[in-house]
Amino acid sequence: MKQVPQKDAPLKLNETAAWIREDVSYEVNEPDAFALEESLRQKEKHGGEVVAITSGPARSQQVLREALAKGVDRAIHLEDNAFVGLDAFNTAKAFAAAIKDEKFDLILTGLQSDDYGYAQTGVILAELLGWPHATIIMQIEKNETGIRVKRELEAGFFQFVDMPLPAVLTIQSGINKLRYATLIGIKQAKNKPIRKVGLAEVQSAIGANLQKIERLYVPQKTKKTEHIEGSPGEIAKKLVDKLRNELRVL
Amino acid sequence: MPDTILVVVEQREGKLNRVSWETITAGQAIAAATGWSLEAAVVGGNASAFAAEVSAKKVGKVYAVESPKLEPYTPDAFAAALKQLLAAKQPKLVLMPHTYQVRDFVPKLATAMGRTVISDCIGFKHENSKLLFTRQMFQGKLAADVSFNSDAPWFATFQNGAFRGDKAENGANPAPVETVPVDIADGVVRNRPQEVFKEAKQAVDLTQAEIIVSVGRGIKEQKNIELVKQLAEALGGELAASRPICDSGWLPMDRQIGSSGQTVAPKLYLALGISGAIQHIVGMKGSRTIIAVNKDSEAPIFEIADYAIVGNLFDIVPPLTEEVKKAKAGG
Repeated sequence: MKQVPQKDAPLKLNETAAWIREDVSYEVNEPDAFALEESLRQKEKHGGEVVAITSGPARSQQVLREALAKGVDRAIHLEDNAFVGLDAFNTAKAFAAAIKDEKFDLILTGLQSDDYGYAQTGVILAELLGWPHATIIMQIEKNETGIRVKRELEAGFFQFVDMPLPAVLTIQSGINKLRYATLIGIKQAKNKPIRKVGLAEVQSAIGANLQKIERLYVPQKTKKTEHIEGSPGEIAKKLVDKLRNELRVL
Repeated sequence: MPDTILVVVEQREGKLNRVSWETITAGQAIAAATGWSLEAAVVGGNASAFAAEVSAKKVGKVYAVESPKLEPYTPDAFAAALKQLLAAKQPKLVLMPHTYQVRDFVPKLATAMGRTVISDCIGFKHENSKLLFTRQMFQGKLAADVSFNSDAPWFATFQNGAFRGDKAENGANPAPVETVPVDIADGVVRNRPQEVFKEAKQAVDLTQAEIIVSVGRGIKEQKNIELVKQLAEALGGELAASRPICDSGWLPMDRQIGSSGQTVAPKLYLALGISGAIQHIVGMKGSRTIIAVNKDSEAPIFEIADYAIVGNLFDIVPPLTEEVKKAKAGG
């Protein structure tokens, strides 16, 4: 899971002009919330244990706290500011190193993040682990040989895929309905373990980023936008005038 | 030998995906800027069948990468096949469209080669002989210029609509086609895909609508959809929505606009309470006129809007519906 700036948070560039100022409000990356929910539903059906993992500075522990409150059994936090700047390749390498002694059957993650938007980390992790993967998943059913998943394709098409376990799946938003943490869940979360993994512990697994953000900027507008202002009534009149006399759709 | 750019075009279900022409245009533009040569590849069980169509474009060569194991599509087989092609041909830069299929296999392919993908790019820059790829970040609020910090091959994928497919130049003569048989060992392919299918009957064809009134998260509750529906009816337009609205079941899935729904280009697109996530914008940015209403003045939807109204849709929509009705009644 990943912590990302809130959807409507105003973003400002920091002094390097290659990243944002960190003093914004954060939230759980939305597709990751659906991945978490799906893991809890699978546990409710089939038993087992659900572990949540994230990387990032101390603030990102909030993501794990919320996951624990919703029913996750334990959590792993790769805690260091440096994790924020890793590319997808190195993020996946850090995760692979941190879980090398675990015996997971299934790794779920959101299909992409709302900050970088690479849509790569889950697939890279699968390749590093030597596991099969499937992306943009809308349904998971256990069967005799492993799992059957429903992949979303483009333009309203879908496909079922049978695959063995262990596997990595990237989860599409909307696969399920998210639950809220209960008061008792929030209470219980306080006693659940979070394993901290420092940068030093995974340092040997990661290397220099293979891609580099040279600069970050507010995109130049390609379109001339006309602002329509006034009271709602005035705006409505102005718009109708445009629709009729300029766009000629009325 | 000059450096080479390789464009991997996409075929699915026996058809070339039109977005591939956009990637060819991108490849031609980068070749013109850098002086590198340009080649293309088709991958599939019967790739040769598509190679002729691609060879009409202005490219130096077309590779038809073939194996029976490439049908149906699996990430394991595609990554294995392309790895063999890239090892043999050693291009500097590999370009693909940022489709769901490419997203499924290209991070695996790059990782298997110890390389990286700059994904979902919207353009490139060639500055002081350095190649930079521009991509959107933070849901389109910011843009980044990104460079490669690794050896070749470099991988980049382009967002749907980043380049004009109809601008792909044809060559004076068809490019030579080289069939490249690849060997994919038993056991490499682990996934067993079933038939591709369409879920619901596509009851609504939004691509034909001249006016679309589209609603996003700003609508807050299902019961408020009625407000927007009334406006759509008054305008004689179709009602549509961004993904979260359809996920919540407030409108049926076949009214969804965006990468997972329909791609539209109506005369008028009215975006109400839609922030303008990339996945939505790729489905409607071709609209002739875009009017956006959003209370967040920094919402990315305003980047592509012709008319911007910063305000609460609950304040704006009811009087607008009334004014439209009046106008239609001849007022």
